[in-house]
Amino acid sequence: MAVITYREALNRALREEMERDGSVFLIGEEVGEYDGAYKVSKGLLDTFGEWRVRDTPIAENGFAGLGVGAAMAGLRPVVEFMTWNFALLAYDAIVNSAAKLLFMSGGQFNIPIVFRGPGGAALQLSAQHSQVPDPWYANIPGIKVCVPATPADALGLLKSAIRDADPVVFIEGELLYNMKGEVPDGEHLVPIGLADIKRIGEDVTIVAHSRMVHVALAAAEKLASEYEVEAEVVDLRSLRPLDTDSVIASVRKTNRAVVVQEGWPVSGIGAQIVDDIQREAFDDLDAPVARVSGLDVPMHYARSIEKLIVPSVDHVVNAVKHVCYLD
Amino acid sequence: MERDNQIDDLAAYGRELLHDMLSSMLLARRFEEKVAESYQMGRIGGFCHLYIGQEAVAVGSIRALRSDDYVFTAYRDHAQAIVRGMKPGSVMAELFGRVDGSSGGAGGSMHMFDADVRFMGGHGIVGTHLPLAAGVGYAIRYRGGDQVVVCFFGDSVVNGGPFHEAFNMVAKWGLPVVYIVENNSYGMGTATDRVASVDNLVTRGHAYEGMHSEQVDGQDVIAMYDSVTRAADRARDEGRPTFIEAITYRYHGHSMSDPAHGTYRTKEEVQRERKNDPIATFCDRLTSQGLMSSEDYDRLDKAAIAASEDAAEFAENSPVPDPAVIYENVYQDEFRGGLDRRDAWR
Amino acid sequence: MATKIVMAQLSPTMEEGKLVEWKVKEGDQVEAGDILAEVETDKANMDIEALHGGVIRALLVADGDVVAVGALIGVIADADEDISALLESAPQPSSAPAAEDAAPVQPEAPSEPVPSEPAPVEPAPAEPAPAEPAPAPTDAPTTNVQTPRTSERIKVSPVARRMAQAAGLDLAVMSGTGPGGRIIKGDVEAAIATGATPAAVATGTAADAARAMAPVGTPRLEDQRIELSMMRKAIAKRLVQSIGPIPHFFLTTEIDMERALDMRKSLNDRLSEGKVGVNDLLIKVVAEALTRHPEINASFEGDAIRRHGSVDIGIAVALPDGLITPVLRDADRKGLLQISVESADLVARGRIRRLTPEEYQGATFTISNLGMMDIDEFTAIINPPEAAILAIGQTVEKPVVEDGEVVVRRRMRVTMSCDHRVIDGAMGAAFLQTLRAMLENPLELVS
Repeated sequence: MAVITYREALNRALREEMERDGSVFLIGEEVGEYDGAYKVSKGLLDTFGEWRVRDTPIAENGFAGLGVGAAMAGLRPVVEFMTWNFALLAYDAIVNSAAKLLFMSGGQFNIPIVFRGPGGAALQLSAQHSQVPDPWYANIPGIKVCVPATPADALGLLKSAIRDADPVVFIEGELLYNMKGEVPDGEHLVPIGLADIKRIGEDVTIVAHSRMVHVALAAAEKLASEYEVEAEVVDLRSLRPLDTDSVIASVRKTNRAVVVQEGWPVSGIGAQIVDDIQREAFDDLDAPVARVSGLDVPMHYARSIEKLIVPSVDHVVNAVKHVCYLD
Repeated sequence: MERDNQIDDLAAYGRELLHDMLSSMLLARRFEEKVAESYQMGRIGGFCHLYIGQEAVAVGSIRALRSDDYVFTAYRDHAQAIVRGMKPGSVMAELFGRVDGSSGGAGGSMHMFDADVRFMGGHGIVGTHLPLAAGVGYAIRYRGGDQVVVCFFGDSVVNGGPFHEAFNMVAKWGLPVVYIVENNSYGMGTATDRVASVDNLVTRGHAYEGMHSEQVDGQDVIAMYDSVTRAADRARDEGRPTFIEAITYRYHGHSMSDPAHGTYRTKEEVQRERKNDPIATFCDRLTSQGLMSSEDYDRLDKAAIAASEDAAEFAENSPVPDPAVIYENVYQDEFRGGLDRRDAWR
Repeated sequence: MATKIVMAQLSPTMEEGKLVEWKVKEGDQVEAGDILAEVETDKANMDIEALHGGVIRALLVADGDVVAVGALIGVIADADEDISALLESAPQPSSAPAAEDAAPVQPEAPSEPVPSEPAPVEPAPAEPAPAEPAPAPTDAPTTNVQTPRTSERIKVSPVARRMAQAAGLDLAVMSGTGPGGRIIKGDVEAAIATGATPAAVATGTAADAARAMAPVGTPRLEDQRIELSMMRKAIAKRLVQSIGPIPHFFLTTEIDMERALDMRKSLNDRLSEGKVGVNDLLIKVVAEALTRHPEINASFEGDAIRRHGSVDIGIAVALPDGLITPVLRDADRKGLLQISVESADLVARGRIRRLTPEEYQGATFTISNLGMMDIDEFTAIINPPEAAILAIGQTVEKPVVEDGEVVVRRRMRVTMSCDHRVIDGAMGAAFLQTLRAMLENPLELVS
């Protein structure tokens, strides 16, 4: 087992898949000569050359659509968006073309494409550069959505995504790139649509994904030491398909659920999870499901304010205490 | 538009090719007329955009291609689909929303696809397919092939973002794509010169170094054929893309819900353009050069009419899709947990 | 226009009723408000009135039939109106008599075992009243079909409800420690751990009161909500775990009744009509003592204690097949004679099951007397959501020591059961001291 960063895990996934399958290529802004805006594609241009690591003009709609076309012709493109905020310009290519061509063609053209990049808030990037794209894509039939929280999951999921015959939206996190974690040696694949129990507990289920998994784990430590509450942390790892089975199984055991999501509350991805829980596990609930989300406002620039907008460990602890009737 | 430089020695093309082109144009024309009739009888619903009047563009262009080349178009796609080789019955059944349609009834008028003949759709969002065509061009060069991509689109597209982004990439990277704008002077109900700051569209291509641009009489099937032949060779041999402005005209409205004239086009204009009907003028040329008899014409036209009738009958007899198809072709690989988990109350 | 006569839901828990007797027959002309029939419910006998006027066109059940709530039992319409559609579409009543038909409607003539007790009251401290049939356990949560403790539905989490059903526990007598009194998993686990038996005393629902007679003066207490202190919370939590849903403790004291009985006798001598019974005296004295100890006149509400703004005394009445507790409202503001008249009426009607729901729900404190049955003392079980109940034993002559000498006195032992989440030992004892002082020195009542 090696200990590597999330960024290195992604690099390894790209390298392994590009070596394994000659039809896999990477395209996006700064992916080649710059080694990637976040250095995820470091060294790949040297190994694979410019047709397989293609620097694009700043034209998200154009190169995302180009990727879809290449997929129609049988290649396996990995389209990098520098951040998912910019991908809004390519929303048409993803939603109207990538997600629908298989369906509209009656099954004749599948689109084995991966769209990847960092989403969510980083540090003081302000309103246009801090958005959480989760619900914009989880909502769309025809695509799959992955949200790895750890290096091992980033590696395994990106490999699975590249091998998947369907379009995959792969949401990373700028604040996750430096995170270190253990990663298995050899071929490591994580199935899309399968959650992972990152911490076992009996008293409450905390459902989270991406960066919020780490917030949840920190909250679980605090809950254990200060309140003797043992929280079970369910890391969704994918948002589409959503592993509702794992969530329900955990809630059946603990009878209490707190859902944590970074993005805005209204129609945020947490709302769907709460609906699934109340619909399928109503009789197992000892309290209403609580949801912790970011505040319903654009991201403020000031560091002091930014900290208040994004969910924190204390917010999660408060929610857990509430569903455990400790407040 | 100058029409003086028409080629007068059509014999060099060979009777077979010439009759084949006429036959295709007649099939496209009779098929679309049948579609119009079927739409008014309620067999076809939703949007339906007829190609009548523009047949020379599709036929001339596609006849210049190889079977391993690729064809993209927007939503006015019935003629290109059939000319490229999709079976009329399959296209008509798709229009009728039946099981034997090319997409099993899931796509409809705007979304004809056939992987076997490399007909890549059938796209409903204006301009959206131009980058897709560039992507296929990228794949061809990636694999070191010599195929060509032809991408048809309407004149409105040139004012939108995807046009510029696609043209920039294909010109910069030298992708084998032939972009053909079917300039029929109107973007739906808006005359091109009302919204295009530069309405001599061919000059738009001049912004992209490496891209060859030319303007062609879209009502002249031979001119189209020649232009696209050159463009394909340019792509295969030099790796250079081409932008062709085909000047053409549609005789019907933008779609079945749009009148042919009386709103944004005058009756006189339509009638005047009809005098330049691409099929009629082509027949005149063939006849005058002794390359076609009236019996030939009748035979070909009857065959086109019969094929269209057969297509409609085939479509009529095809069953409607089973409700189970709702969940088909949303994903090709496994979707854990299924798609119907939240489908209560059915 | 045709109107249906249906078996009405006359009490919150009623699921079927017995049509005791039709007061009309087919062909009669009735007006809106006329009494159509007498119906026996699970709690009392009540009248069904006509909603609209018309001719009694059909009576679909016979005297004595037991019918489900909501069933069509008759039709009022114009004389010549066609009612066949109405008859066909309505749910048909079942006319098979139910098993509880065996219980006689009229009780035996009340006996008079002790001359000084005109109104023998016989509470049943351990046996429950006829409990509602337990609803069939289902997986899907239903709306509340159990005995409601308050006029709103019981708040219970889905998993707690499921656990309680599986353990056969009656949610109505359980207290919830969740917000708003929600019964949660921990509460049910505690109840199971202490071996609580299913279906304890099933009376005592709070509701809006209808005054029998106008009380005197302005209210002397005020409705208050007092948040639990940390200590209270801790006590509540611990005790629930040790003794069941309501943590009972019991205080007994012996009261010298000489002066009280003398006072009663002289009162009655002077009355031209009516008599004041010992129970009436007890009601009055208890009510007065409660105004001086409002912390006893209270209820536990999960995260707070509710002190009631009125003193409503429940009087436990024995029935041949159970128990009912009519409520004497605002007992602190009524005179002894008024109490006497009212309580006699309530008890009498209670024994023949002719009380309205408002008359047997909503007590803030209950008195239960087994003295006429030769019981010296006993411990009664609190009717939730009350916080206490006073069990009265018989008054007997016994030797006591006074000023160093043995004398004979009429003495009565009372035992008060207290809810330890609301009342502490000293608090309860203080109340009993006041009570005792008032009974032993009746002039205290007016001071």
